[in-house]
Amino acid sequence: MDAMKLLHLLADDPRATVTDLADILGESEEEVAKTKDSLEAKKIICGYHTVINWDKTNIDHVDAFIGVSAKPERGTGYDKIAERIGKFPEVSSLYLTSGTSEFLLSINARTMREVADFVGEKLAPIDGVAATVTMFVLKKYKVNGVMLDMKAEIEDDRQLISA
Amino acid sequence: MLDYEKLISQKAKDMRPSGIRRFFDLAAEMPECISLGVGEPDFQTPWDIRDAAIHSLEVGRTKYTANAGLKELREEIGVWLQKRYGLHYDETEVLVTVGGSEAIDLAIRALVEPGDEVIIPEPCFVCYDPITTLTGGVPVPIATKEENDFRVTAEEIKAALSPRTKILVLGYPNNPTGAVLRHEDLEAIAEVLRDTNVIVLSDEIYSELTYGYRHESIASFPGMREHTIVVNGFSKTFSMTGWRLGYAAGPKPLIQAMTKIHQSCIMSAPTTSQYAAITALKDCDDDIEEMRRQYDLRRQYCVRKLNEMGLKTFEPKGAFYVFPDISILGLSSDEFCEALLKEKHVAIVPGNAFGASGEGFARISYAYSIDHLREAMKRIAEFVNEHKGE
Repeated sequence: MDAMKLLHLLADDPRATVTDLADILGESEEEVAKTKDSLEAKKIICGYHTVINWDKTNIDHVDAFIGVSAKPERGTGYDKIAERIGKFPEVSSLYLTSGTSEFLLSINARTMREVADFVGEKLAPIDGVAATVTMFVLKKYKVNGVMLDMKAEIEDDRQLISA
Repeated sequence: MLDYEKLISQKAKDMRPSGIRRFFDLAAEMPECISLGVGEPDFQTPWDIRDAAIHSLEVGRTKYTANAGLKELREEIGVWLQKRYGLHYDETEVLVTVGGSEAIDLAIRALVEPGDEVIIPEPCFVCYDPITTLTGGVPVPIATKEENDFRVTAEEIKAALSPRTKILVLGYPNNPTGAVLRHEDLEAIAEVLRDTNVIVLSDEIYSELTYGYRHESIASFPGMREHTIVVNGFSKTFSMTGWRLGYAAGPKPLIQAMTKIHQSCIMSAPTTSQYAAITALKDCDDDIEEMRRQYDLRRQYCVRKLNEMGLKTFEPKGAFYVFPDISILGLSSDEFCEALLKEKHVAIVPGNAFGASGEGFARISYAYSIDHLREAMKRIAEFVNEHKGE
């Protein structure tokens, strides 16, 4: 079967069941399950995540982006240091970027204190980390392609039948 | 009291109400019905295009444009036609219109004298016949055949030609069948027309919605540019139906004649839409690709489901319609669609609304989300099962 079609469908709707996917694609459920497993094993599909607006709950939640200036290491470049940063569970995304600092990471924590502790006690002391710039998120408008709390577009106001 | 019936012209009275209209009224009485009846995309107009329109309003672009349309837009249309279909038109050979529909109207009005014949392969979009008739022309339908995948053939065209033939309409990719004309079909048709005085009105509004096949325009064939008015627009390609913007490209004398009519009845196409359209042509290749990908998935889904439930459906290579043969239940197109609407609350359009040769078929639009299509197909399958063997 065409794995790309399956990927596109899952990108649009990660909750689609194997039965749904098989019906849409005209493949057997076994074939869909097998292809899906293989995409997961190859880490082409890396996860299925839910976009939650924690601001609407009473759970304390703080997000921040941190720019990290770092020096590459002989032999491993930035990979080794990235691995060290990435191991911390607070780090939800980590990128090597062009621009003023080398890494950009996002972290999810409960309080600003936690973020400060993470930067001061865990991130800054890592060998090779030269400087950090922390940007706290004040308000989220769009996350992973989803508009949070913004005026929804009209869904379908077409005439029932047209030429 | 005025007797309006006496005041209304005979030509207007003679216009047949379209079969689509009748069905619309039936469906409108059924608020819970789910429709597969639309002739327009479900996608929102890409944001870049809407943003360009908003910007044009912010800076005060609120006046008429040149009658033929903004020069920059006509130039971009020329670039687009060259890039996509290898056609060559400069800005003086392009006229921006209120939808493809106006371009069709203008082309027919600019060419047809009373008694002139217009060859119209059917089933087809609903406006060619009434506009021809209003102009005093004589529609000459060709019934395309299912065994040819609803492609009109060069032989059929040859047989329909007469000394009075003025226009051949070619509406491919086709609404309602989804049929396309292949290179060899166009070559053969060009061969038939090259030494005649017939003008091809090539309605290519669905030209970007093709699957596993790239659209070719008959105007790109040797000797055919002189014989062709290409009609296209923004409605289907960029999901811009409500913006009402289309265009015609063709030999300068024909475009000039059409522009004369256009400036009397329209003045100029909507200015905001024209600015939006420049962005559409320049910046939206990826959007087209993504919409096409989604349509293709739905197309394959519908063709498979309909065939599985016993409604023979050929694989359409263009537009966003499938055209199943519904004769298996022994019902006419009207009966089938009415019963489906009443019993399962699914609205589709009887094939005969697109010409007599559409009888025995129905048009199903797949310009809907896959979830919507799945529910509709489930209901159609139930309907077919319940009526089989009756």
